[in-house]
Amino acid sequence: MPTAVISPTATTPPTTSQNVVKMVGLVLISIGLLGILVAAVGADYLSPVFTGLGGTAVFTVGALLYIWQSRRRKSPAEQNHGLWQQEATSRGASAWVIGFVLTGFYVLLYWFPDTLQGLIQAMEPLSQWLRNRPSDQWFLYGTFYTLAVLIMGVYALLKYRNSRYHIIRTISVMFFQLGFAFLLPGLLLMLNQPEYYFSYFWPLKYDYLFPSTIEYLVRDGAALGVFMIFWGAVFSFLATPVLTYFYGKRWYCSWVCGCGGLAETAGDPYRHLSDKSRKAWRWEVAIIYPILGFVILTTLFLWVNSWSEGRLLGDLSGGFAQTYGFFIGAMFSGVIGVGFYPLMGNRVWCRFGCPMAAYLGLLQKYFSRFRITTNGGQCISCGNCSTYCEMGIDVRWYAQQGEPIIRAACVGCGICAHVCPRGVLKLENGPREGRYAGTPLISRDELRILD
Amino acid sequence: MNQIKAQEHLVIIGNGIAGVTLAQRVRQRSDCRITIVSAESQLHFSRTALMYVYMGHMRFQDIVPYADWYWQEQKIELVHDYVERVETSDKKLVLREGPPLHYDKLVLATGSSAAYYDWPGQTLKGVQGLVSLQDLELMEANTAGIQQAVIIGGGLIGVEMAEMLRSRGIAVTMLIRDKLYWHNVLPEEEARLVTDHIRQHGIELLLQEELQEILADDAGRVRAIHTRSGKELPCQFVGITTGVKPNVEFLKGAGIEIEKGILVNEFFETSQPDVYALSDCAQFRNPAPGQPMMEQLWYTARLHAEALASTLLGDRKPYQRGPWFNSAKFFDIEYQTYGFVPARFTEQQESLYWQNEEATKAIRLLYDKKTAKLLGINLLGVRYRHDLCHHWLQQGYTLHDVMQELPAVNFDPEFFQRYEEELLSQYYTRFPDRQPPVKHSNWWELRKRFGLFSDSTSC
Ligand SMILES: Cc1cc2nc3c(=O)[nH]c(=O)nc-3n(C[C@H](O)[C@H](O)[C@H](O)COP(=O)(O)OP(=O)(O)OC[C@H]3O[C@@H](n4cnc5c(N)ncnc54)[C@H](O)[C@@H]3O)c2cc1C
Repeated sequence: MPTAVISPTATTPPTTSQNVVKMVGLVLISIGLLGILVAAVGADYLSPVFTGLGGTAVFTVGALLYIWQSRRRKSPAEQNHGLWQQEATSRGASAWVIGFVLTGFYVLLYWFPDTLQGLIQAMEPLSQWLRNRPSDQWFLYGTFYTLAVLIMGVYALLKYRNSRYHIIRTISVMFFQLGFAFLLPGLLLMLNQPEYYFSYFWPLKYDYLFPSTIEYLVRDGAALGVFMIFWGAVFSFLATPVLTYFYGKRWYCSWVCGCGGLAETAGDPYRHLSDKSRKAWRWEVAIIYPILGFVILTTLFLWVNSWSEGRLLGDLSGGFAQTYGFFIGAMFSGVIGVGFYPLMGNRVWCRFGCPMAAYLGLLQKYFSRFRITTNGGQCISCGNCSTYCEMGIDVRWYAQQGEPIIRAACVGCGICAHVCPRGVLKLENGPREGRYAGTPLISRDELRILD
Repeated sequence: MNQIKAQEHLVIIGNGIAGVTLAQRVRQRSDCRITIVSAESQLHFSRTALMYVYMGHMRFQDIVPYADWYWQEQKIELVHDYVERVETSDKKLVLREGPPLHYDKLVLATGSSAAYYDWPGQTLKGVQGLVSLQDLELMEANTAGIQQAVIIGGGLIGVEMAEMLRSRGIAVTMLIRDKLYWHNVLPEEEARLVTDHIRQHGIELLLQEELQEILADDAGRVRAIHTRSGKELPCQFVGITTGVKPNVEFLKGAGIEIEKGILVNEFFETSQPDVYALSDCAQFRNPAPGQPMMEQLWYTARLHAEALASTLLGDRKPYQRGPWFNSAKFFDIEYQTYGFVPARFTEQQESLYWQNEEATKAIRLLYDKKTAKLLGINLLGVRYRHDLCHHWLQQGYTLHDVMQELPAVNFDPEFFQRYEEELLSQYYTRFPDRQPPVKHSNWWELRKRFGLFSDSTSC
């Protein structure tokens, strides 16, 4: 019988060498941040490439060191220790500061990009190397975004290291962000092709099926452009229903999507901040479905307009599209969606705003084999599942009644099943027959949260 | 006549899982007036989750399963008060603060609190158990800034307390009477695996050791303990986790028969008409052979409540627990058990046991040697499907039947490594003339074939 070797692990108090590594990490993070700051404001005095790009690199190394040391020291069950007691993760002062800084960054990015000139210049060599063209604010944004997903991807990998599901899923979002949302679009530009994101589809990338985009892709992209149109249309109307039928919404929202990728990595420390109340759920359905409707209508209007060569609707439909772009594209998905991570949780956009999530959600609820099964009568109502649900689903409501969880909002991240101290939940795909039926081992309420 | 009428008043003392489940199930099919009186908290909370509040995984409001609106909409009245006395002759409750309350039917679901065994020094500051919300608040105060703690008793609450204290970096020593942790319940191999795992988490385990006395400093706080074998362990906190005792003191003089707990029959009826008791505070008068006198678990609380609700609603059914099950977690290792696996086997019992090399996972299938009937399952670090295990035990499967359906029982997350192969190969070595199944069984097929789902689809 093999018995365990008693090894000094995980939980023994941190030794000095561990503290040293963490300290070095913190020093590097600080130097990196200073470098980035100098690039932003002092481009006239020091080369922003040196301070900005160099600072970013130093920051990355420092962050990885720090994350490595602090996560590895904790065993899997200890990863959430103190989350509701530390300022940064419980809407304390530092959470507000991070929230304001992030929000401010989005405001500058969308409406005052000139203020970011130093940082944009800092990315110049990278932009030239990857895309063979000058850096701009969107390249700066893409670089930071991808780095955030990669660095915090390492964090998620370490935090959930005892679960193969989470390891594979985290690698997947890191891969799609780096490959499909950063390198490939850059490469396309280098080859003088239209910039195209193969991992984003209508209705999330609402303009991918606008007549103007299609026209441009055909004109500038020739055969490749036609392929892009084909790819986008097939994914929106064929692959999405089929994949969602087999695997639920998760194949996209927590495996492929870039917004989801950021939420699952950089946003992970904030997942418990989502609002679980019935009121929040009411807001959710009152906002997300109208947005989906708005995207569908806008797209239809634009097509009607284009077929009638502008005679039928005049410039109205263009106005429609611009309004959407401003309020939903910029304000909602960026400023509130990411800027408010430390205050409202990491899936505000996905939960209240994303039209793709709404579309996938409807498919998941009514036309899918996916469900989260509750294991018989084993739930002890502790509430970890609901607390750590980034979509604000009251998972416990169903689990304590022995029912499967089938909710349009569920992105299938699987963290509820991971934090459950009794292993009561399992994400699985099975026959649709009897999909909503619960265990015979518990009797239950007939009451529903939302009528 | 047990059935409650629409104009009658059902009063429940205790808003724990037993009390609220009873209220919910009765409300589902009756319009009677329902009131829950409870002293500990306004709203029902999950006692099992107290540790997560201390460790900062959740806040108190997160361990409250039903919000205010739920009770209002269900028309279940909540009274946050302590019942001083029950006057069964007048069917009246005397409350500490509010006016007296009349009942037509009374259910006692008063739970339990930490049991002490008259150790010298057990009332010192820094000595406490962990059962109630007040205990949690006290523990917060008692452990602020301390270095060392000692936990007395090697059960489930003890290990939870150890995990809590470790989360604050406090050095923990546990005194355990047996030669391994929880060895009065777990067989040797499982107990050893868990014992080693707890040690790897930095907990010092003193095995075959008991508390002698608790020593005070000048301020009346605990400063150290003496063990039976004469060791002195300095500590600023002593956790008492040697079991619980029913909350029944306030019932003295109410004419309700009480032994350890409130004595009830298999319908949860006490010695007084229209007064019932269940869960942690109840004690069965005549438990069936081999069945426990008291059942003090979350799961059994719910089962008691479902059975009593049925009786109160006019469908008088004796309580039958069905196959036993339970689960727990020891730091990183989950534990599930189905049926009955004793700590020490008899001559007629034999088992298949598998454990991985790192000693973090184990599976045991216990069966009767003669008939091969499945008796119980122990799992560490591996999850099985409750519905299917229940079905196996209920239907009296033999080990051979079980092996045919083994692949369908796993409940681990997707992509996890599976261990059936290793268990099966052990099985075929032991029973060489058995044939491998013709076809791998699949959970969804079995679920349909055996009807392992409810008809109601309320979500
Ligand atoms: C820390 C801890 C962890 C646990 N973990 C598990 C687990 O993982 N799995 C498991 O199966 N079981 C577990 N248990 C056991 C389980 O929690 C209990 O068996 C269960 O909660 C009992 O429920 P109950 O409704 O009978 O009583 P309780 O939940 O104790 O509720 C009784 C309520 O009645 C109130 N009350 C008592 N007397 C009066 C009065 N005179 N007037 C007014 N109010 C009164 C009490 O204040 C209390 O709030 C755990 C217990 C503890 C303490």
